Amino acid sequence: MPKLSYLKALNRALGDEMNRDPSVFVLGEDMNLALTNVTAGFLDRFGPDRVIETPLSEQGFTNFATGAAMAGRRPVIEFQIPFLLLLVFEQIANQANKFSLMSGGQHAVPVTYLMPAAGWRTGWGAQHSDQPYSIFAHMGVKTVMPATPADAYGLLTTAIRDDDPVVFFGPLASLGVREDVDFAELAPIPLGVGCVHRKGTDVTVVAIGHLVHDAIAVADELADEVSVEVFDPRTLHPFDWTGLAASLEKTGRLVVIDDANRSCGLGGEILATAAEEMRLIAPPRRVTRPDGAIVGASPELDVALQPTREQLVTAIQRVLKYGGDAA
Amino acid sequence: MTEPAQTLRDSLYRTIRLIRRFEERSIDLVKAGEIGSGIHPCIGQEAVATGVCAALDPDDIILSSHRGHGHLLAKGSDPGRVLAEMAGRVTGIDKARGGSFHPSDLSAGVYNATGTVGHGAAIAAGIAWASAKAGDGKVIVSFFGDGAVSQGALLEGFNLAALWQLPVVYVCENNGYATTLPVETAVAGTITGRGEAFGIPSRSVDGQDPEVVLAAAAEAVARARSGGGPSLIECRTYRYHGHHTFELKARLKYRDETEIAAWRERDPMDIQAARVDAGTRERIDAEIEELLDDVVRFAVDSPRPDAVDAQDYQYATGLRTRAGVADA
Ligand SMILES: Cc1ncc(C[n+]2csc(CCOP(=O)(O)OP(=O)(O)O)c2C)c(N)n1
Ligand SMILES: [Mg+2]
Repeated sequence: MPKLSYLKALNRALGDEMNRDPSVFVLGEDMNLALTNVTAGFLDRFGPDRVIETPLSEQGFTNFATGAAMAGRRPVIEFQIPFLLLLVFEQIANQANKFSLMSGGQHAVPVTYLMPAAGWRTGWGAQHSDQPYSIFAHMGVKTVMPATPADAYGLLTTAIRDDDPVVFFGPLASLGVREDVDFAELAPIPLGVGCVHRKGTDVTVVAIGHLVHDAIAVADELADEVSVEVFDPRTLHPFDWTGLAASLEKTGRLVVIDDANRSCGLGGEILATAAEEMRLIAPPRRVTRPDGAIVGASPELDVALQPTREQLVTAIQRVLKYGGDAA
Repeated sequence: MTEPAQTLRDSLYRTIRLIRRFEERSIDLVKAGEIGSGIHPCIGQEAVATGVCAALDPDDIILSSHRGHGHLLAKGSDPGRVLAEMAGRVTGIDKARGGSFHPSDLSAGVYNATGTVGHGAAIAAGIAWASAKAGDGKVIVSFFGDGAVSQGALLEGFNLAALWQLPVVYVCENNGYATTLPVETAVAGTITGRGEAFGIPSRSVDGQDPEVVLAAAAEAVARARSGGGPSLIECRTYRYHGHHTFELKARLKYRDETEIAAWRERDPMDIQAARVDAGTRERIDAEIEELLDDVVRFAVDSPRPDAVDAQDYQYATGLRTRAGVADA
């Protein structure tokens, strides 16, 4: 079977949608040279009317996309750096995402905000290393963060076809991930449907984005001692609460590994919901970033502030102390 | 400027009169507690909406502002459904989800009135881009106040519209104040200078005279429709009332009565009334009173929304997210 990388999956999904639907177009900075490679080859394939090079006017072109979407287009905006999503947070969360509501359903704003390199970048400094997905989920903006190439293909396709604004986070640490895929089987993946990468019975590990791969590695490493179920929500809002509840019904123990900041991060929401509504036989735990910034200028300092496999192993061991029926 | 035909003069008068009386009746409803939000009245500024919208075709699109009732009426929205919206009734143009502040009415080509001051400028550019690519010949008007010209996103919108020569007409209603802030203490340079910096043909006109506004708008609309790109029109105008009806109670001191009285000397309704014969005027006035009686009755008698529907329309796809309480 051929290999597909995460980055190539983004390129393929966007290209396939642009082929399929003439209302889809892409805009962003350094498009003409396809700087991030997401749109490699697109200028030749689709021409400058559908591959739009913008000036450095993020607020302007984010609102521009809202207008184009109201007029029947399906814009995909590529952002080069996570903080640019903070610069346009208001335009997405308070404008694009509220026009359906405020118009009593007259407007749809089908814009996809594609952030293909989210998270820490070695040496790029504190301003380039954020992972701001929780705030979009908090504001009720549809938000996805797939971990694998096939999921990236499927969820980018769905995001583009969805009639609401959708923020797509592609973790930088996953861009190089490659997967054997049957191209004929690449397909849209519905929003709000998670995926169990490893089945298990002792503990559910909810992992987000690139941390899914760490969670799988840990599950494999601990396989002789403990049966770990790895649950990847894929969509952060709307979240697959049903899928999580089904997993906890079996395991009753929960650990979340989440690259968001700790306060008000998605991990906190997952723990809170599980505690309120789901079966738990042990106090749940989460492994997250601390509150505040990643240093971003020195690998030793940076790694110290991000969730690690060791922390995940410790958290798993902690929850296993509760509820006698563990394997 | 050649004189407009008498029928057009009459209809400009009619629109101004309708907006004036609609706003006055709305203020009564604010006082009566029927419009809980209060409103941003546009009394004194009616000639701007009236003149600009008279230059548009029904298919053209406008983006309004928080001071938007005049824009809606001038563009042809049903006054009863506009008032019902302001009063939070389900028969409103946005089913009680937009209110006075955020109206959309696609049936009349009113796309929205974003609450983020100045941000409609770039939304307008996006709509205009889509229209231009579709070749549908539509012109997009973006209305905003003098406060908006200090907003970076507006200038980014100007840049995109000028760069890509989009069919947009930017209309700045300079009423002298952004809430309590006088324009001369907020704007370095000039408002038209903002447009000129991007190579956008920009004019400052008397916003109290609907025929002057119409002439400027017609020129800008023709330029946009023929592929000549965006224009900026600064309409010098004035609001007689407070920024918002909260000023009926909060007596804010930021302008004096002589200034208001001086502007009332150049009242847009009087200016246009002088161009209409007395008999026609009486007939129009009477028709409007009769219409507004129906409009008020329709709005006030319309049902309020049902609380169980509070999460409707949050998403275009109909997605329902979790309630605020588990197992509610
Ligand atoms: C970006 C932004 N800043 C501040 C506000 C709060 N606000 C609402 S209306 C207004 C005044 C706007 O003045 P102007 O643009 O001159 O319009 P006018 O009210 O005079 O019609 C302000 C400050 C807002 N809604 N958006
Ligand atoms: Mg003003």
